[in-house]
Amino acid sequence: MRSYFKASVAALGLVAAMTTGASADGHALSGDLVIFSDMSNPAPRAVMEGMVERFGEMHPDLNIELTIIDREAYKTQIRNFLTANTPDVANWYAANRMRPYVDAGLFEDISDVWADEELAGLASTKGAMTLDGKQWGVPYTYYQWGVYYRKDIYEELGLNEPATFDEMKSNCQAILDSGRKCYTIGTKFLWTAGGWFDYLNMRTNGYDFHSELMAGKHKWDSDEVRATFANWRELLDMGAFVDNHTSYSWQESLPFIVSGDAAAILKGNFAVPPLREAGLDDSKLDFYQFPSINADVELAEDAPTDTFHIPSGAANKDNAKAFLKFVVSAENQTMINAGDALGQLPVNANSSVDDDKFLKEGFEMLSSNSPGGVAQFFDRDAPAEMAKVGMEGLQEFMVKPDNLDKILARLDKAASRIYK
Amino acid sequence: MADTAFTSSSANQQSWMKRNKLIITPWMFLLPGILFFAVYVIIPIFQSFYYSTLDWDGLGAAEYVGMANYAELWDDDAFYVSLRNNFIWLFLYLLAIPGGLTIALLLNQKVFGIRLYKSLFFFPFVISQVVVGLVFTWFYDPTFGLLNIILGWVGLGPINVLGDEAYVTYGIIAAGLWPQTAYCMILYLTGLNAVDPEQIEAGRLDGAKRLKMLWYVVIPQLKPATFIAFVVTIIGALRSFDLISIMTNGGPFGESRVLSFYMFEVALSEYGFRMGYGAAIAVVLFLIMLVFIASFLRSMYKEEKGR
Repeated sequence: MRSYFKASVAALGLVAAMTTGASADGHALSGDLVIFSDMSNPAPRAVMEGMVERFGEMHPDLNIELTIIDREAYKTQIRNFLTANTPDVANWYAANRMRPYVDAGLFEDISDVWADEELAGLASTKGAMTLDGKQWGVPYTYYQWGVYYRKDIYEELGLNEPATFDEMKSNCQAILDSGRKCYTIGTKFLWTAGGWFDYLNMRTNGYDFHSELMAGKHKWDSDEVRATFANWRELLDMGAFVDNHTSYSWQESLPFIVSGDAAAILKGNFAVPPLREAGLDDSKLDFYQFPSINADVELAEDAPTDTFHIPSGAANKDNAKAFLKFVVSAENQTMINAGDALGQLPVNANSSVDDDKFLKEGFEMLSSNSPGGVAQFFDRDAPAEMAKVGMEGLQEFMVKPDNLDKILARLDKAASRIYK
Repeated sequence: MADTAFTSSSANQQSWMKRNKLIITPWMFLLPGILFFAVYVIIPIFQSFYYSTLDWDGLGAAEYVGMANYAELWDDDAFYVSLRNNFIWLFLYLLAIPGGLTIALLLNQKVFGIRLYKSLFFFPFVISQVVVGLVFTWFYDPTFGLLNIILGWVGLGPINVLGDEAYVTYGIIAAGLWPQTAYCMILYLTGLNAVDPEQIEAGRLDGAKRLKMLWYVVIPQLKPATFIAFVVTIIGALRSFDLISIMTNGGPFGESRVLSFYMFEVALSEYGFRMGYGAAIAVVLFLIMLVFIASFLRSMYKEEKGR
């Protein structure tokens, strides 16, 4: 305690010496700031620690306490720490994924932070942070989804990036004929199958139908959804996916594309760092937007947004709000989303996208070639319970496509209970 | 006045304490245990009954729904799959008992280095269930796993043990049997130490050999060990949660779930927000366990009385 006091005095002195230099963005904060974060993978962890360090330098009097929790464990722990021992800032996800906590009054309404003109650059993600007309958190990063493929294999077989479903299938046939699989996937934890359904359904029935389906406004056993599954089935019947995908996590499915046993993967941009690390440089790895299936519907994309929130039980809300503003500031956004940091897209329109092939392509795609809309992801757009039942059905369909009737009936039954 | 009242009451109290010393003392010793047992076991059981009548996401307000959770359970396919798997676990896990006995008989001899062999056989019980699960996951891996390499040598196709709903439960049980057999083995090894050599000698004089000797002379003397082995194996089968969580996470499409895992999934996992439904599953699981607990208690009670 004494040494802490000394340090604060010294820090105070430092601030005094620097006078107004450090507090360009307003008054210096004091007191405590407790942050719980799920950014536990190596790169995100470094980013989170870096942000806390820089925020701490700006506010030397502020005592920041950062706790990083394993990303998977965090998803179940959040319920406990939001109700007891509440931190001032916590990570979570956008859209429906935050609804249980918003409905329970555990997240603070921070519409006033959004009213700040500094957040004007965040207009594109405002919708994902809005529930019941209010904003409940700020985004800090988002990323595109799409098909990451082995450029060298495509070149070897003389294939081009497909623009239509027919091209996608003919490419796939050529790849299968060469003794490889078209797509690798690991469905052990289910959500990867949700990505495939999102794209197939958005391409077959359009963004509006998809988002209404996720919101429970359509039956699963409908002609539209059946059309989506029929398209999926074509790929399944070709044998497009790696065998035994039910045994693998997404990380365990990557070796197939690295070794060349599979030519592509449908995944978010977070797959790029591990693939690069495994030896696929830009001459071997490339990206294309999921091709159009139904020419009548506009292209729409998945771009999940990760977020920061202030729990309503937080003790230091003003400090927390200042931290959120710092997180979304253009300068910080440029820094934390750079290729050597998170390697994802900045949420602030005034920040710059890193000079990275995939980030540039993804940014281009989301800003100019996604007229239909931007979805979050299967398990973030649908309520948690529906997502669980749904993704289990999707996995079953991928293994036993003949069970489709049973699966759809089950989903409708669950939906009638969940959406009420 | 006040003074006398105080002394008389304290004297009275003391004499009451003294009078009932023999009754109070055991209860005093039992009190901490009873208190903890009540707080952590008995009261939660009744709380589970209560929660199972609610529709509650664990965060907001709870709504009373009566028996609706049980009605839903009644035609929930996932529940029946879990229930079926629970019974498969209960029956197949019992294989650990004859397995443990066989190994114990094998190791119950005095040759050089037998202690090393014993500890090697006991080793799987010492390592964590999580490690056992991971080791078996890699062993079963359809592409790189040892199992399929061995099957390949004899010309059998690759089997995706953990990804195929027909094999997955058996695959996990096999993994669980590895440490459980070791546990039963240790129980039998200690039991074999207590076997009366004179009875063996007498049996031998009467011409009992091998299997007959085992069945009529040795195994009856191992009855206490068998009883404990039975109890821990049943408990082990009902506690199969960790292996399932590590090896398959309940998949593929929920085919390897057991009731305890299903309960966790609907109530506490990443997508689980149904405390009431989870509690209803817990109640069913409790009733199943109650059957075993009651029969154990009964046989224990009989034994005590018989003595």
